Amino acid sequence: MLNAEKRRTLVLLIPVVLILTGYVLYPTLRTAYESFLHNGVPSFQNYEDFFGSKAKANLQALWNSVWISLLSVLFSALIGVPLAYIFNRYEFPGRRFFSNIAIMPIVLPSLVGVMAFMFLYGEAGLIPNAIKDLLNLSEVPFKIGGISGILIVHAYTMYPYFYMTTASALSNLDLSLEEAASNLGANRFKVFWQVTFPLLTPGFVAASLLVFMVSMASFSAPFLLAGGFRVLSLQIYFSKINGDLEMAATQSVILSIVSIAFLLFMRWYQGRKDYRMASKGIGAHRSEVNNPMLKWTMVTLGVFAVIILLLPHATLLILSLVPEGTWTWQTYPAVFNLENYKMLFDTPYIWEPVRNSLIMAVIACFGVFVFGIFTSYALVKRNFIGKNLLDILVMIPWALPATVIGMNLILAFNSPNPFSFGQILVGTFWILPLAYFIRFLPLVVRSTNAVLEQLDDSIEEAAQNLGAKWFYTFRKVVIPIIMPGVLSGTLLAFVQAVGEFPTSVLLYTIGNRPISIEIMNQLRMFNIGQAAAYGMIQVALIAVVMFISSRFLGVKAEKSLG
Amino acid sequence: MSTVHLSAITKQFGKVTAVEDLDLLIKEGEFFTFLGPSGCGKTTTLRMVAGFYYPTKGVVKFNDRVMTTVPPEKRNTGMVFQNYALFPHMTVFENVAFGLKVRKMSKEETKKRVEDVLRKVRLDQYAERQVSQLSGGQQQRVALARALVIEPDILLLDEPLSNLDARLRDEMRAEILRLQKEYKITTIYVTHDQVEALTMSDRIAVFNSGKCQQVGTPTEIYNEPVNDFVAEFIGETNLLGVSEAGLGENHRLYHVDALGSKVKVNNTSLNVAGYTENDELRLSVRPEAIEVSAQPVAGENVFPGKVKLVQFTGAAVHTYVEMNDRLTLVGTALNQGPSTYLKEGAEVYVRLPEDQIRIVPKAGV
Ligand SMILES: Nc1ncnc2c1ncn2[C@@H]1O[C@H](COP(=O)(O)OP(=O)(O)OP(=O)(O)O)[C@@H](O)[C@H]1O
Ligand SMILES: [Mg+2]
Repeated sequence: MLNAEKRRTLVLLIPVVLILTGYVLYPTLRTAYESFLHNGVPSFQNYEDFFGSKAKANLQALWNSVWISLLSVLFSALIGVPLAYIFNRYEFPGRRFFSNIAIMPIVLPSLVGVMAFMFLYGEAGLIPNAIKDLLNLSEVPFKIGGISGILIVHAYTMYPYFYMTTASALSNLDLSLEEAASNLGANRFKVFWQVTFPLLTPGFVAASLLVFMVSMASFSAPFLLAGGFRVLSLQIYFSKINGDLEMAATQSVILSIVSIAFLLFMRWYQGRKDYRMASKGIGAHRSEVNNPMLKWTMVTLGVFAVIILLLPHATLLILSLVPEGTWTWQTYPAVFNLENYKMLFDTPYIWEPVRNSLIMAVIACFGVFVFGIFTSYALVKRNFIGKNLLDILVMIPWALPATVIGMNLILAFNSPNPFSFGQILVGTFWILPLAYFIRFLPLVVRSTNAVLEQLDDSIEEAAQNLGAKWFYTFRKVVIPIIMPGVLSGTLLAFVQAVGEFPTSVLLYTIGNRPISIEIMNQLRMFNIGQAAAYGMIQVALIAVVMFISSRFLGVKAEKSLG
Repeated sequence: MSTVHLSAITKQFGKVTAVEDLDLLIKEGEFFTFLGPSGCGKTTTLRMVAGFYYPTKGVVKFNDRVMTTVPPEKRNTGMVFQNYALFPHMTVFENVAFGLKVRKMSKEETKKRVEDVLRKVRLDQYAERQVSQLSGGQQQRVALARALVIEPDILLLDEPLSNLDARLRDEMRAEILRLQKEYKITTIYVTHDQVEALTMSDRIAVFNSGKCQQVGTPTEIYNEPVNDFVAEFIGETNLLGVSEAGLGENHRLYHVDALGSKVKVNNTSLNVAGYTENDELRLSVRPEAIEVSAQPVAGENVFPGKVKLVQFTGAAVHTYVEMNDRLTLVGTALNQGPSTYLKEGAEVYVRLPEDQIRIVPKAGV
């Protein structure tokens, strides 16, 4: 006979396991299965095609993805680490402001960010053209596009990972360690390389792995900027568009293997004993910069960084004020007004994608919120056999590139099955909310895990000891305590769902086309102003969410990135 | 109010046996303490009483009701957790009222009772504070009030004072005792601080590696330990390996290996603990019982030695006497002024009074 405790765990686990099996495990396996079908017959043909001489493009794309990702790691580190060091170790005028701005790239959804970069530094970009006109050159001095474009966008959007891990490691670093080293006779240089740097390495490794995974999965940047350049995530999309689902499945499997290998490596690395500080966190002490030369160099650097960091946001804002048809052959836009925003609110056709995105994001986030709490509770507070497996299952959607998740859903739900209640989901409204739900479940589970792990078991026990039944305790004690963490996770999932592009582009229908798809459409029609206005809506949403999180939920913006 | 009866309790976590074959009867209204070194199974036992663990074997009874597998919320015990476990999102009042709310008590009655208990723990001024704004001692009293307000049959306290500084600890000890007497509530108190155990308890159970070694009043535990573990764990003592060497009229003789000679011990139950033929034996003599003197002393059990170290601690003076290269004894005397301190290196005589010695068996493992 099972005791009450075990029964409760079981009741909790059944829905969790069912949903994860149906919507994460089954689609993943379905893709794997499909990759071994060639024209419906089991075979290794697809893999032979992938690695063989017949389709060199695939192998080339895999190789491109890998080295682009490695370079992205390098560039992100080169920007993020020194910036974090300067902004967190030295005190100079404006330091606080600079360090707040440093994480601004997070406030730019990837598709919108890429778009801003295109109009800033691309062929017809404002900056190259401005320089050309200023210096009276006959050609633009530089332009980004193809590989350089992808790399620059990656460096811009991913350096915050390095910035944030370094900043938080620095603020947790016990300064007495450095002082001890100086006291023992080490000079500044030695102190940095022999004490500070080794203590920061675990953070660097984690950030490197993260950036590598994110750029392997990156879709928007290559989609808009790659030109003829091939990366694997994009190849999947092309195979799907060309109707070769089996090849798309094979490409997905290979991309997934790389990503999951990295996820496992990262779990292993973080699970190792690292040299976390034993002493209590002491607020970082910053050295005052007294040398005026150095001080103003730093301030200049800060101002410069702020300008570069905010240019995309500013560009977006400016472009959103350019009405349709007023910026065609001219080098610079000349007419500015609020037409695009007005259209948003009084033209149903323009408003519809926003409404679609909001509705679908709300549905997905409601699901993620409820389901995330229960899943996380089971994972953190309950013991059962196979817990590790469940943990990995929850994290799979986080490790898998969005394109792969999209493919998984296509392959799993383009025919009726029990998890779709006998319906074909592909081509319906519901496939996108489902995709968002799966994509952002790990985010909420992770942020909920973090607060639940903080919640001492004795709090629940105290409630029980005072006579409260499990569900009463859960409602009145556990939920209120963890609510801020869960909410901030959910809100973040919400804004990301509103801007989600890779799964949307694979799964949307005319009826539920979301903002990101409409941005694409508008760009195709060279209606840049309207596209930017859509982007501004997302930026505003993200800003509001971050404000709420930091103001009412007490969660720092850095933390909510997960 | 209620008795607690644990019979033949064993608790295993996988392969680890945390508590083994435990029998205890805790009386109504008693202040009962679990004492023992870290990891000996005190918390585990307490949690079986509270219902957070169910025993692997054995029966838990409150009065005559079998409670072995009753869930914690139906046991009506009041527990004070080591980290207090206050609900961080509630005020002091709401924390204390929680148990009453669960019991669906009316608003007025709840208010009356909470105010009542808050007055008793002297926190009536703080009812509307958030618990995070309280000092450690105040939080502790909220935890106590929260446990007491539901009028539990049994009050359970797991090292409630270990997070407090020395002064506050003294204060809270008095507070807990006062409330316990006032509510006349059966109380189980877990600690590894022997002073706390000796000063507060009606009775103490001494644990070691999952087994209860001895149950008794503080004086019994201190003066009549049943084995060398208890003798050594409670207070200071000198322990010497001995073997039986004969029986006199009113005394027994034991051979002390390290001294190479015999000592005489009164043949009473106060001086000789129960043991069997197969037991290894130890002689325990407390430092305050040992007489150290520069002049030859009359009487039995006098041995010569050399002063190795004199340690001054304020109220008492410890004298370490080297008897031979295998044995050093410690004697403690109250401070009587500098003229009475012995010189290091001085030849002295040590007497082990036959009425103060206790012969105990070595504890089984
Ligand atoms: N949930 C558990 N799972 C596995 N082993 C446990 C568990 N709880 C306790 N133990 C083990 O049981 C033994 C007794 O633990 P217990 O917590 O009762 O000790 P304790 O006497 O309260 O010690 P302390 O004074 O340090 O609090 C220890 O060896 C401990 O490692
Ligand atoms: Mg304990």
